[in-house]
Amino acid sequence: MRREPPQTLGDYSPLLFPAAMLTIFFVVPFGTMIAVSFFQRQQGGFYTPAFVYDNYARFLSAFFGGVLGFSLMLAIAVAICCVVLALPFTYLLTRMARSVQVVWLVALLSVLSLSEVIIGFAWSTLFSRTAGITNILVALGLMSEAKALTPSFAAVLTGMVYQAFPYTVLVLFPALVRLDPTLTEAARTLGASPLKAFFTVVVPALRNTITATLIMVFIFALGSYLLPQLLGRPQHWTLSVLITDQAIYQSNMPFAAAMAVFLVLVTLGLVALTVIAGRKGEAA
Amino acid sequence: MSGLALQSVVKEFGAFRAVNDVDLTVPHGTFVCMLGPSGCGKTTLLRMIAGLDLPTSGAIRLDGEDITRVPTHKRNLGMVFQSLALFPHLTVGENIAYPLRIRGAPKEDQRKRVDELLSMIHLSGYADRPVSKLSGGQRQRVAIARALAISPKLFLLDEPLSALDAKLREAMQVELRQLQQKLGITTIVVTHDQREAMTMADTVVVMSGGEIRQAASPIEIYRRPADSFVADFIGQTNLIEAEQDTLNHVTVLGQPVPGLQLPPGAAKATLSIRPEDVHLTAPGAGALSGKVTFVRDLGGTIETFVDVAGRQIVAVSTPRARPEVTVGQEVGIALTPDCCVVLSK
Repeated sequence: MRREPPQTLGDYSPLLFPAAMLTIFFVVPFGTMIAVSFFQRQQGGFYTPAFVYDNYARFLSAFFGGVLGFSLMLAIAVAICCVVLALPFTYLLTRMARSVQVVWLVALLSVLSLSEVIIGFAWSTLFSRTAGITNILVALGLMSEAKALTPSFAAVLTGMVYQAFPYTVLVLFPALVRLDPTLTEAARTLGASPLKAFFTVVVPALRNTITATLIMVFIFALGSYLLPQLLGRPQHWTLSVLITDQAIYQSNMPFAAAMAVFLVLVTLGLVALTVIAGRKGEAA
Repeated sequence: MSGLALQSVVKEFGAFRAVNDVDLTVPHGTFVCMLGPSGCGKTTLLRMIAGLDLPTSGAIRLDGEDITRVPTHKRNLGMVFQSLALFPHLTVGENIAYPLRIRGAPKEDQRKRVDELLSMIHLSGYADRPVSKLSGGQRQRVAIARALAISPKLFLLDEPLSALDAKLREAMQVELRQLQQKLGITTIVVTHDQREAMTMADTVVVMSGGEIRQAASPIEIYRRPADSFVADFIGQTNLIEAEQDTLNHVTVLGQPVPGLQLPPGAAKATLSIRPEDVHLTAPGAGALSGKVTFVRDLGGTIETFVDVAGRQIVAVSTPRARPEVTVGQEVGIALTPDCCVVLSK
């Protein structure tokens, strides 16, 4: 296969279409948003072009800081839960027969086809007092009476982990399939129990994949704004919920834009930190 | 009894019987090569000894103790895989220290043992290198050192040298054998390379179709093959039918060979004659006579192909002992009875 750097302008032509799409539908709107975030808000739902820091200043309060902190914490919790659950699951899945793998992957893909709304309402029913899973526990004699499990932080976390789990498996699957199975066999012949082999060989050998998956699920979870409202209390609402609230219900576009920009910057900062930490760990 | 013993070991994968009723005793400190064509069950047998596969039936004993159901990590063995399976996220030193670390050995002891092993495999000073920076032969040695780190009871190698080029492979064979003799460790190597088996082994186990065809010393296997499969698989040979009449006169390819004896009462048998035992003579002087069809001059040895009554017989000789023959020439073939191995089947 030819692998030379492009020589002439014509060689870059395949890039034109995606570049144009990216510019029109991502760079331009994002630029607009950054601009709006500095605009002056007018009472009554409009804004006038200006260059003020009011919107950012307003954001720097304990309340919004708390919401930002909670959003990040929730996204990190979802990412860690997903990877902790999906890594052993996917590892075992790759060691199963092809037919079993197909059934599981199809089931996971069908979860992906569900909208966030359906997932939210399904879990709110499952966590309800009248029709929820606690009724099963009561029937089994494990609980004395049925109770509502939602709204709560655990309910929000469960719903979001459920939603992100299939993505996590699909991202981990190729890397785990490619992992040489003789590595774990070698670890076992050298005296490691299957569990020890998993933690001393599989996990470290996949460190980069695991970091990448954590970042992906983290970003995915950060954008979630329906599930926290359906399954949580107002204190479990994420920054995305507040941004929607400001943009649509309070008609405060400049402030919503400022929050969105801030969220993007913090996210990029965290991802950069993770990548740098990963590089350092590799060099050590 | 000290050593390894396999008793009626069977392994089935569904309807396929990969290993069929294998009995084998490996005394402590011996070097055994399991040799056979691919799919003969040799790797499956090794994996069962390692505990990576469970036998369908039968028992595996190590130093008198039944280890058939003992999990791999409790067997205290060292194994070298065909892919080597070096851990890519660890350095050379960490790879070798892995079995010690897993067993919770103190850091100081680990370092000492790693240094010891590195000097044994002539790689002193390589401890901190990543394994990806090593050459094929160096990785091979690291895999061997890692398997030997805990001084295992059993040293198992699955096609360990197949990834190396021919020259390096020959050198490693000698090195591996010398290492094994120095350590006196019971070693089992699976290979499909008969040169490798002949070079290293105390005992060669020839397998085919999931069964052991012969287990004996290399020279015994070569000189006294048990059957035509072994004779044909190990080295080059001429397999020729011989017939015996009621007066015990033996004829080979329709020509009488005085002095040759088949087992009493047998009317027919197959003879295995090594090419170096086939001596060409002047026409009419030997027991058989034929016509030269091809001469392959390899410099060090010369192979002469002779057509005897439609069967091709190969003779190998050194250039000095070489009779002057050319293609199309009539020659005689001398058959001495002690060069002909009468095969049972």
